[in-house]
Amino acid sequence: MYDFDFAKPATIAEARAALNSDEAQALGGGQTLLPTMKQRLAAPGLLVSLTGIAEMKGVRPTGDGQLVIGGATTHAMVAAEAAAHYPALADLARRIGDPAVRNRGTIGGSLANNDPSACYPSAVLASGATIVTDSREIAADDYFDGMFGTALEDGEIITGVRFPLPREADYQKFVQPASRFALVGVFVARFSDGVRVAVTGAGAQGVFRWTEAEAALSADFSRDAVAALAVPDVEMISDMHAAGDYRAHLVRVMTGRAVAAAR
Amino acid sequence: MPQVTLSVNGTQMTAEVEGRTLLVELLRDRFRLTGTHIGCDTSQCGACAVHVDGALVKACTALALDLDGADVTTIEGMAGADGTLSPVQQAFQDHHGLQCGFCTPGMVMAAAALLSENPKPTVAEIREYLEGNICRCTGYHNIVKAILAASGQPVDDLAASVA
Repeated sequence: MYDFDFAKPATIAEARAALNSDEAQALGGGQTLLPTMKQRLAAPGLLVSLTGIAEMKGVRPTGDGQLVIGGATTHAMVAAEAAAHYPALADLARRIGDPAVRNRGTIGGSLANNDPSACYPSAVLASGATIVTDSREIAADDYFDGMFGTALEDGEIITGVRFPLPREADYQKFVQPASRFALVGVFVARFSDGVRVAVTGAGAQGVFRWTEAEAALSADFSRDAVAALAVPDVEMISDMHAAGDYRAHLVRVMTGRAVAAAR
Repeated sequence: MPQVTLSVNGTQMTAEVEGRTLLVELLRDRFRLTGTHIGCDTSQCGACAVHVDGALVKACTALALDLDGADVTTIEGMAGADGTLSPVQQAFQDHHGLQCGFCTPGMVMAAAALLSENPKPTVAEIREYLEGNICRCTGYHNIVKAILAASGQPVDDLAASVA
């Protein structure tokens, strides 16, 4: 890993100022960025740690039935503190990586990276959540922009994520056992006005909504409704771990399981 | 160079480090606490696991400067001052929870973190918690047995239960 300058601001305003340079890169828990830098795939001149910003940590229900999670909140903290408010989201966080990774990795870091096999993007997209940054709010449907791509501008910081709370939801993850990422992960969220289904690990362009399943499940929230569907007509990741047609098959299977397990 | 100060196994320790200095490098190369191992250096294997403010962390994937002021416990801090092994360490010895021993410091730190969160884990919970700790000798069975014993639970039925 090449050397770099390091800053650990205590406020969002200080972080924003520190990131106002071409050489600067925000650092969440570092569970992806540090391995990437070790491989010299990234070599920022300045790392700005966001983990010292108290106002970006924690899980907080709002008065109007939503849940706000600070961008620097670790997966372990989400698993513990969101359980009473959004069990499916807490369950997703509880199964990311391994215990040590969950103690460092953050929701904001995961979403800023938008790994095509990361778990959180599916929850954010299926929930219709809002990404809150230091300068604006971005709807989930406008946020994800292809593999590792997002709507974030250079230096923009995810300060939090606001989740509407569904009536019931579930996340089903077919684990790639070596990496513990999702080979295929499906998050199903049922709201009073319809069902949203988001798929991670499968799409060649990253997380996507399976709209045919959403329509079918909004009419009939049952496993049979999923079983009757054709597999999604989306270009799939195809690699040594799973061929594209197998991933497409798994999307339907995991969606059915999520519907059956939703609570 | 910037300075970092940590409480390591109860002792305040300070060093000048580079931005890129990892916690595991600080512990091993500067503080000469070489019980924390570097296995894969890619946050897969868990041989470098330590406790940071009580939480299990892979020391190869944390920057020293990012942890300034933290309370770090390494394998060297697990036994008592008189050399008395911690319950987890004693159980690893009693149940032969190691073969070559390279992964053992990380396994012990993970096991201690597990038991502080969940004092009576099931076998399945133990195995799930150890997902980020790899034993290249594949000696998992006795590691699970040792952790079960350290939690005060019977181990006699273990062979049958996970066969």
